[in-house]
Amino acid sequence: MDKQMSAAQVVAQLHDGMTIGIGGWGPRRKPMALVREILRSDLKDLTLVSYGGADVGMLCAAGKVKKLVFAFVSLDFIPLEPYFRQARQSGALEVMEIDEGMMLLGLRAAAWGLPFIPTEVGLGTDIIRQNPGIKLIDSPYDDREWVAMPALKLDAALIHVDRADVRGVCQIAGPDHYLDDWYARAASKTYVSCDELVETDFFRDPAQARLVFWERAATTGVVHIPGGAHPTSCNPLYGFDVPHFKAYAATAGEGGITAYLDKYLGSSEQEYQQNVGGLAAIRAIALPTY
Amino acid sequence: MSNTATDYTLAELCIVAAAEAFRGEGEVLATGIGVIPRLAASLAMKTFNPDLMMTDSEAFLLSEPNPLGARGNDFVQANETWMGFSRIFDNVWSGRRHAMLGPTQIDRFGQSNTSALGGTYQQPKVMMLGARGFPGNSISHPNSFFVPSHNRKVFVEGECDFVSSIGYNPARLPKGRSLDDVDIRLVVTDLCVLDFGGAGHRMRLVSLHPGMTVEQVRENTGFELEIPAEVPVTVAPTAEQLAIIAALDPHNQRAQQIRDNPPGDRSGG
Repeated sequence: MDKQMSAAQVVAQLHDGMTIGIGGWGPRRKPMALVREILRSDLKDLTLVSYGGADVGMLCAAGKVKKLVFAFVSLDFIPLEPYFRQARQSGALEVMEIDEGMMLLGLRAAAWGLPFIPTEVGLGTDIIRQNPGIKLIDSPYDDREWVAMPALKLDAALIHVDRADVRGVCQIAGPDHYLDDWYARAASKTYVSCDELVETDFFRDPAQARLVFWERAATTGVVHIPGGAHPTSCNPLYGFDVPHFKAYAATAGEGGITAYLDKYLGSSEQEYQQNVGGLAAIRAIALPTY
Repeated sequence: MSNTATDYTLAELCIVAAAEAFRGEGEVLATGIGVIPRLAASLAMKTFNPDLMMTDSEAFLLSEPNPLGARGNDFVQANETWMGFSRIFDNVWSGRRHAMLGPTQIDRFGQSNTSALGGTYQQPKVMMLGARGFPGNSISHPNSFFVPSHNRKVFVEGECDFVSSIGYNPARLPKGRSLDDVDIRLVVTDLCVLDFGGAGHRMRLVSLHPGMTVEQVRENTGFELEIPAEVPVTVAPTAEQLAIIAALDPHNQRAQQIRDNPPGDRSGG
């Protein structure tokens, strides 16, 4: 089965009002080329589920987001994501604010076909008070109350990986695959952009196969976009683009998202990459030191 | 603990004081978020608690803490296992962790806020990070706080604007739990060290940094503290501890953490 698609074909399968999960973590390995294709589209009223970074900031600023399910939105070295802040402070964004681990449980529940997973996480905090949709339940086995973290069922997941073959075997070679396997499993459709498209026999080496975190049946489409995580990192291939993020954050103070998009977005990924200095420049960005 | 140094910064004093949070903790993951908490956890691991576990702040556990900042191309970190974000939660929920974090607000219950300030929840005046992992940390394992600027904006009079982490608040106590299930340890600030060892888990003054007074702490705290009759002075770093801190922080990032990088002893002229 050949699952190759273009970014435009992926976005054509998304619809207004869908719940979309975005893999990665903050400024790390986000499917930004697919996010940019959404920015070029008419899609709107999306519900996003994300360990958020500029993916959330850009989509909020561009008016694509109705509701956000989040535990944080941050660019790490710029702790507060400027466009996410603006969206929250405008009062226009509907939110479901949860703990990082609750998000994992919600994705797991969706992946496993469960309505909820019980946890003590969130008890005693405003996570429970501000989310009337998250219920407390009694346990059949003890006298304590528990949070019933509801399944976060995704209509679609967008993920960026280092390598994939055309059948949707996806490899994440960096130090952490984050919670991307759960995004892939929680979604009805999972679209993956990859830096490198490889032949199937690439995975014959068990050391390579061990860096595959979900089965190909959980991959719907594969889009070959070298550098597609920029300006986020795709460790070990490239780091995140600090000057670019600074320029992006600066537009929140002056010019707004329109200034950012006019300067960089372009009408295609090829144009975007030209606007940011080309693929070689992306691949040359040093990895961060923590 | 002889050989007490006389020349040390407030940041170094705070690192040494904060390291005490990890004494006697045994084999737990010590997570210090931010320069001073990370150096505190690292100092504890390098000295009195070598059993601590530590991450590289990315995806591996280390048998030796990494120095902060650029480490040179020939540096090889001491990995001992993979510890990606999904596995962090397995550790958090096991309780074998002690985190030290720097929330924006802390109230008299030890509840903290990392999410939003002012306005309404639907439209906060200032949106910050979000609840992050605070709800799960606070109910799963011991936690400590570091506050680089002790004032009434941090130590608020009422409840936090948004409660990210559970504290000793009877009104929010979940059914079937006891306040003793909550475990908040040290609060280290630029003025003093506090804990929740007062009557009914009230916040208590443990020690004053050299040159600081009970009155200064009272003036800068929005709620009443338990103040013992005798308040000791925070123990100064030893020369050995300062050398270890310097080796862990070769680029002196600690000098940027507290406004104007004051000396540790502020009693003299």
